[in-house]
Amino acid sequence: MINTIAYKLFYQLGQWVLWMRQVFSKPEKINVYWRETIRQMNDLGVGSLPVVFIISIFFGAVTTVQFYYQISGTFVPNYYIGYIVRDMTIIELAPTFTCMLLAGKVGSNIAAEIGGMRQKEIIDAMDVMGVNTAAFLVLPRLIAAVFMIPLLVILAAAISILGGYFASVWGNLFTVSEFIQGLHSFFIPYNVFIMLVKAFTFAFLLTTISAYQGYFVKSGSIELGKASTNAVVLSDVAILVADYIIALVMT
Amino acid sequence: MIKIKDIEKSFGEKVVLKGITSTFHRGKTNLIIGRSGAGKTVLLKILVGLFQPNKGEVWYDDQSFFQLSKKEARQLRMKIGMLFQGGALFDSWNVEENIRFPLDMYTEMSYTEKRERVKEVLKKVELTGVENKYPSELSGGMQKRVGIARAIVLNPQYLFCDEPNSGLDPKTAIVIDQLILDITQQYDITTVINTHDMNSVMEIGDNILLLKDGCVAWQGNKDEILTSEDPTIIEFIFASPFLKRLRKKALGL
Ligand SMILES: Nc1ncnc2c1ncn2[C@@H]1O[C@H](COP(=O)(O)OP(=O)(O)OP(=O)(O)O)[C@@H](O)[C@H]1O
Ligand SMILES: [Mg+2]
Repeated sequence: MINTIAYKLFYQLGQWVLWMRQVFSKPEKINVYWRETIRQMNDLGVGSLPVVFIISIFFGAVTTVQFYYQISGTFVPNYYIGYIVRDMTIIELAPTFTCMLLAGKVGSNIAAEIGGMRQKEIIDAMDVMGVNTAAFLVLPRLIAAVFMIPLLVILAAAISILGGYFASVWGNLFTVSEFIQGLHSFFIPYNVFIMLVKAFTFAFLLTTISAYQGYFVKSGSIELGKASTNAVVLSDVAILVADYIIALVMT
Repeated sequence: MIKIKDIEKSFGEKVVLKGITSTFHRGKTNLIIGRSGAGKTVLLKILVGLFQPNKGEVWYDDQSFFQLSKKEARQLRMKIGMLFQGGALFDSWNVEENIRFPLDMYTEMSYTEKRERVKEVLKKVELTGVENKYPSELSGGMQKRVGIARAIVLNPQYLFCDEPNSGLDPKTAIVIDQLILDITQQYDITTVINTHDMNSVMEIGDNILLLKDGCVAWQGNKDEILTSEDPTIIEFIFASPFLKRLRKKALGL
């Protein structure tokens, strides 16, 4: 039992590595790839804006309210809330939650789209033409993701903090100046760097894992559904594992 | 001309092809027929390199397909066009973008030249004014025609079609068959078609290969079918009692 699972795991990992080498070979025609990349950037970036916006504003608000609840009545000064919300958002919440959210939205979409192309023989058709399909289908999406997702994460962080600000203003929990004082306190630019490293890594993982699930899908709509689910679950697990490793290495 | 020698293919325990040797001629419509599951698609996919056979050789004129360098393989691929069963068009690209894709990938043509070329092949398959439509807005027969247009846009020397008229009404099926036959003769292409449509067999069967139990059970042309005494091919083509009676009448038996 354990043996077969381990065997499967290593088999998949090996296949993934070989496939990644194919993905990173030289593009046949730069401008065709470029056109695809722009399209993907648009789909991924602009398409994800609303959901990232809504989730982030609530995350910031909820975090602020929760911290207020924990801190009030203790000796910890109120302005600490601004400080904690800021750092938690930047180091952990914005990159990890945004990317897990995007694994659900973008990852499942990538797996279903590429899987559909496999099942409808579109990938075969391109193979016959001599196109390096792994590169053509994955590189534009990957470039779009590692470029757009960090931008989305920065935006998510900013909006979260804004959400915290609104929560403190409208909730009359504490004064705005206390919140703002907190935001200014103990700021370490290195944390922003950690956020970007995370966003970049997670973007890479969720795109390649999801595309891999779609690329090697078997025939049938049940398999397509499975590939899509696997894409999300495996991306989320990979993101959390990577999150842990980055936390260990960088802090 | 394409020659295959002793092609064997199995998936795990399951043996699908047990040594197929044959020749597909230039300027002719070469048909691979056989019952569902006989291995027609597998053989076609081996011919175009989508499957690796366990054994055997594929020769494109004087080039051995499995011994080409990367560059040679790429050049050969540009001479191959293939029509897939469902058309295999990109959903998110419109008709023009779909047909233009091989031109974008492999030629240095200007944008205007490409557009001209797309118009030209669309006219060839008798479709006009659909350039900006998306595949989902077209009927199955129209998608097949777009598929053919894409397959011939680079002026291929070899054309492969997997069941070009499955899922089409008999009239449209005949139009598609005729189209493939015209293109084959006009441009002197080596065309290989998978089918189990008996109308196609009798209309455009210049060279017919019957697959059964992983072997070539019969080979010949459409006229030879009528007079053949071979029970395997007769059983396959004249499957219904009605056709059997018709054949007897025609031969005066
Ligand atoms: N990728 C694959 N893996 C395992 N077995 C396969 C694969 N592709 C085809 N087969 C098997 O090979 C056999 C021949 O399949 P093939 O698709 O060539 O049949 P066909 O003659 O094209 O049938 P149809 O007329 O229904 O399209 C089938 O038994 C099928 O199960
Ligand atoms: Mg088939």
